[in-house]
Amino acid sequence: MKIPIIYNIRSLKERPVSTLTTAAGMSLVVAVFVAMMALASGFHAALVKSGSPDNVLVLRKGANAEMYSGITRSTANTIAGMPFVARGADNQPLTSPEVFVVIGLNRLTGGLANLVVRGVSPRAMQVRRGIEIIDGRELRPGASEILVGEKIIDRFANTGIGETLSFGGRDWTVVGHFSAGGSAFESEIWAENEQVMPVFRGEVFQSVTFRMADPSSFDGIKQTLEDDPRLFLDVFRESEFYQNQSVILTQILNFIAVFIAGVMAIGAVFGAINTMYAAVASRAPEIAVLLTLGFKPGHVRSSFLIEAVFIALLGGILGCILALPINGLVTSTTNWNSFSEVAFAFRVTPNLLVSGLVFAVAMGFIGGFFPALKASRQPVVVALREA
Amino acid sequence: MPLVEIKDLAKVFYRDSQRIPVFDGVNLEMEQGEFLSLMGPSGSGKSTLLHLLAGLDKPTAGRIVVGGADVTGMKRRQLAAWRAHHIGFVFQFYNLLPVLNAYQNVELPLLLTELTGRERREHVMTALGVVGLSDRAEHYPRQLSGGQEQRVGIARAIVSDPTILLADEPTGDLDAKSADEILTLLQRLNEEFNKTILMVTHDAHAAERAHAVMHLDKGVLSR
Ligand SMILES: Nc1ncnc2c1ncn2[C@@H]1O[C@H](COP(=O)(O)OP(=O)(O)OP(=O)(O)O)[C@@H](O)[C@H]1O
Ligand SMILES: [Mg+2]
Repeated sequence: MKIPIIYNIRSLKERPVSTLTTAAGMSLVVAVFVAMMALASGFHAALVKSGSPDNVLVLRKGANAEMYSGITRSTANTIAGMPFVARGADNQPLTSPEVFVVIGLNRLTGGLANLVVRGVSPRAMQVRRGIEIIDGRELRPGASEILVGEKIIDRFANTGIGETLSFGGRDWTVVGHFSAGGSAFESEIWAENEQVMPVFRGEVFQSVTFRMADPSSFDGIKQTLEDDPRLFLDVFRESEFYQNQSVILTQILNFIAVFIAGVMAIGAVFGAINTMYAAVASRAPEIAVLLTLGFKPGHVRSSFLIEAVFIALLGGILGCILALPINGLVTSTTNWNSFSEVAFAFRVTPNLLVSGLVFAVAMGFIGGFFPALKASRQPVVVALREA
Repeated sequence: MPLVEIKDLAKVFYRDSQRIPVFDGVNLEMEQGEFLSLMGPSGSGKSTLLHLLAGLDKPTAGRIVVGGADVTGMKRRQLAAWRAHHIGFVFQFYNLLPVLNAYQNVELPLLLTELTGRERREHVMTALGVVGLSDRAEHYPRQLSGGQEQRVGIARAIVSDPTILLADEPTGDLDAKSADEILTLLQRLNEEFNKTILMVTHDAHAAERAHAVMHLDKGVLSR
């Protein structure tokens, strides 16, 4: 990098229109790229946050998802009695046998959406950290009451406190709203398991979640439970279970992000190629002078490459600024594992912004490569005659 | 041993299938500290000779030796490094980089050396002082007159203390007064700093400022 960068920066300032239009093209690509990656990252984060590494989720063997699982009351009791289950202050096991059903509710914006109704044990809030009643109160045992996740409130009717939702042939009074640190639970409706069980499924839970007394002994716990033929269970660390649910969709979203941004990038790269070829052509005499002064073709090549990358970086920064406002914006998608809706916030992370800048730099590099090569191969004496 | 030795130099350009011979069998010797001017009709190959001497182009035949180094035998990359050390080039149209100020233009050749920032600063200010433009360091080319631009061009050519100064019609684009100043400056560089100079010019008066006048015509170089 012998040729000073100030030469490139000033040259770019000399042609603000072409510099800015080229950068603007790239900024759109970067904005779309970052926005779509933020979608994937938001979805992933919502599901990852749902599970705690201290908790174990138990399903019937082979069920894979709560939806298809069934666990009897006696199995749930057996699990609760195991020594590796953590106990609360009252020395009762921290376990929540749960009923999991999916119901259809009308969105405020129209259309039916599937929502998860989770029948939880009174201890669910202790088993899972980060669940917080933000409005109203907790469920009263034995009552036909529900708690509504924060992300649902604004998007479905009759979810205000004191209002009534009808499902499973019964009316349920909304007594509270809860948050769950942005996790997928915020897209669920919670009721007491003993209330939900009879109206939907009969005498069976879908899952048992319990807190481990010693989280580092997960492998042993898993083996103990899975190897017991009477129980017939699959055992997951809760965090891994939810993370796995997000993997496929996150990968698909990431792929779409790269694909769409990639297609758009072709246009932006051609813009950069054009701009840089024009710059090289109009500055042929300057290049000739630099070579005459003893700069090597490689110096000239890097100089023009840096110039292209600089335009791209400008575009990248603009693109990141464009994409930033979507951070925190809530959207929803279907969680394919439960065929129910999960709402989550776009998540523009610092890492994503860096990826956006790297993407931009790559565009600049590709766009600047051949023009820079041309600049360095300029026959000096011909260009000197043009001066 | 002379500083510059040109032996049986020939140059032929090829455009499409057309053969354009410029000269053949040109010989020239220059001593250290000599100031020569080169005249000749347009198209006679004066610029071509300077370009070959600077290693910017390859001759068709013949040899150029500068300070004991065979220029004609060097590769393109070697030539760049050699040029940075040994050649100072002054152009008819100054060829300053318009986006850099006088100081930055003059500093360019020093960026190829190992000098520290402080040392570069000293060299640049010395060169600008020699051409009488110490107070114009921060000025951009478009803020300077033609004569001043050419003086910056000369400062850039001498800042790395090259072996030989090549000037291609350095006064060709200047009014009489500015031209005279430039010629006086070149003369001073030759007399005071013992610079070896080869200057192409169309102006007979300008040519006379040198120790000797060479003529290139129809491929023949004569003293
Ligand atoms: N790259 C090139 N390709 C083909 N022909 C060239 C090339 N460069 C120079 N020539 C030809 O070589 C001849 C010598 O050119 P050169 O520029 O050296 O002449 P000159 O003496 O400097 O002329 P002037 O006084 O007009 O500057 C001319 O006929 C020119 O057309
Ligand atoms: Mg010429």
